[in-house]
Amino acid sequence: MGFPHHPHPRETTVLTRHFGEADARTLAGWKKRGGYKALEKALGMQPADIVNVVKESGLRGRGGAGFPTGMKWSFMKPGDGKPHYLCCNADESEPGTFKDRELMRWTPHALVEGCAIAAYAIGAETAYVYIRGEFTEPLHWMESAVKEAYAAGIIGKNAMGSGKRIDVHVHKGAGAYICGEETALMESLEGRRGNPRIKPPFPAVSGVFGMPTTINNVETLIAAAPILLNGAEWYKKMSLSSPKSTGTKLYSVCGNVQRPGTYEVVMGFPFKEFLYDLCGGPLHGRKFKAVIPGGASVPIQNMEEAEATLMDYEGFVAGGSMLGSGGVIVIDDAQPMVTVIARLARFFAHESCGQCTQCREGTAWTTKILERIRDGEGTVEDLDTLLDIGEQMTGKTICVLSDSCAVPVVSGIKKFRGEFEALIQGKRFHPVTAAVA
Amino acid sequence: MGGVESPDYASHDRAAHEPYVAVFTGDVKRELDELLTRYPTKMAALLPALWIVQRERGWVSDEGMAEVAGFLDLTPAYVKGVVTFYTMYHQHPVGKYFIQVCTTSPCGICGAEDVVKAFLRHTNAGELGITSPDGKFTVIEVECLGACGFATPVMVNEEFIESVTPDKVPELLARLA
Repeated sequence: MGFPHHPHPRETTVLTRHFGEADARTLAGWKKRGGYKALEKALGMQPADIVNVVKESGLRGRGGAGFPTGMKWSFMKPGDGKPHYLCCNADESEPGTFKDRELMRWTPHALVEGCAIAAYAIGAETAYVYIRGEFTEPLHWMESAVKEAYAAGIIGKNAMGSGKRIDVHVHKGAGAYICGEETALMESLEGRRGNPRIKPPFPAVSGVFGMPTTINNVETLIAAAPILLNGAEWYKKMSLSSPKSTGTKLYSVCGNVQRPGTYEVVMGFPFKEFLYDLCGGPLHGRKFKAVIPGGASVPIQNMEEAEATLMDYEGFVAGGSMLGSGGVIVIDDAQPMVTVIARLARFFAHESCGQCTQCREGTAWTTKILERIRDGEGTVEDLDTLLDIGEQMTGKTICVLSDSCAVPVVSGIKKFRGEFEALIQGKRFHPVTAAVA
Repeated sequence: MGGVESPDYASHDRAAHEPYVAVFTGDVKRELDELLTRYPTKMAALLPALWIVQRERGWVSDEGMAEVAGFLDLTPAYVKGVVTFYTMYHQHPVGKYFIQVCTTSPCGICGAEDVVKAFLRHTNAGELGITSPDGKFTVIEVECLGACGFATPVMVNEEFIESVTPDKVPELLARLA
């Protein structure tokens, strides 16, 4: 649903259908809506069969990377004699993204159920839901849902009478974007500074506490329940374009748009109709200028690219960007691109953990140069310097925060070079005058 | 962290100089004991333990870090290293109301800067990170609060407030005062 607005008839509400219903947050309300039936079914299946259904469904990671979920689960080898762990990445911090926040504040039991299903499927007895510290309301509802689920015997030492132990713990972060990076999250969970780890070893071999670990995004885990209930074929059919992208996807829409909010559409939905029809188009008298479709870390699209895009993993790549986290930032013709990009660079500079030189220095210098261009003090060499720094920041560090900072800068210069050059030549940015009185 | 300068959050609070009272006694100690059962290592309870210190004392002092270190078999220096990595632990006393305004690009293009200015003006804090003369308000800019569709989101202590505009600021502050 287009929360906080009414659902649009062209949305396909699977995960979002109970947004806005206060009693869906309680165990009684959630059960009334069919909650925990999928877990009950899962606990009667062999773990390998669950993994196969998820594999067959084509579900891919909804946190940003799009890795096939079933395959990820299959890396966890049963009977290796080690404790396995599930981590749920609820450290949603990518600018533009707030879908997991809505999922947790409206349907917390859906995440408890998703965690329990995944934990059972990968042979884990313990799941940690790592939620960013600023999400006080989602934290409240998740803690309340976990407490209710324990009290009802749904999770705990004998989950739903299955004889299987499944513990779910909510763990509160303390303010660090980088802890959304999977290995930094694990470091943080262990009580350390959130510095990403060098991979390999990958989490399935050595994850949290040095044990085999699977880490999934909130939306991914919640999608597992309806897949188990309705079958892989049902999920696979929800695809309008590429067969490699299946199911529904949540998009959180923000910026200069009539109806910001969370939307759920089938993979392959036309982006143009999404922006103008579902989201209501530009603000009065304005025009869209650019879109960052998958959170701040993906390339900026101009409107020509965006309006030709089909919304799935392959479609956004064909449109010069990436699906990423589904955080759609809409920018209109009143906004100076240099200011927007400089502020994004400052974000990355603030959030760099400082381990790698390219990132620590690169994000800081990128910010300083962009801010001087913004303030009319740039030089003609600055654009080449920025592109050069961008290249040095890409593919050379432990994690991709460095790359993520370079992406909006490099794509911004490529697609909106005129705005940079005008500022360097001493011209002020003039927003296009509103055409409508 | 990165090499971009941040405001210096100076202390204007007498609490910084008051004698330290142990946090982990009675029920709070039992809370910590329960937390320790959730993890295979003691160290993993560090972030939750620091949250408890901040809840009880309003900030995390060096003495608070040392107390946590003692319970978790860590050194105070190690704990300080962790505390300083994360932005949400206060290493100085802050105003009664700690106000965080999101100004990252998605909120920035929806007018977040004007919301910051309104808070600074109406709280008499004047500057970012400086507590108002009456000790009530500290205002800071914060990086993406993850509620971009509800620009501008503002956190006041643990309370999350959506869709704040400059004209709503006086009313919001009146409710707090």
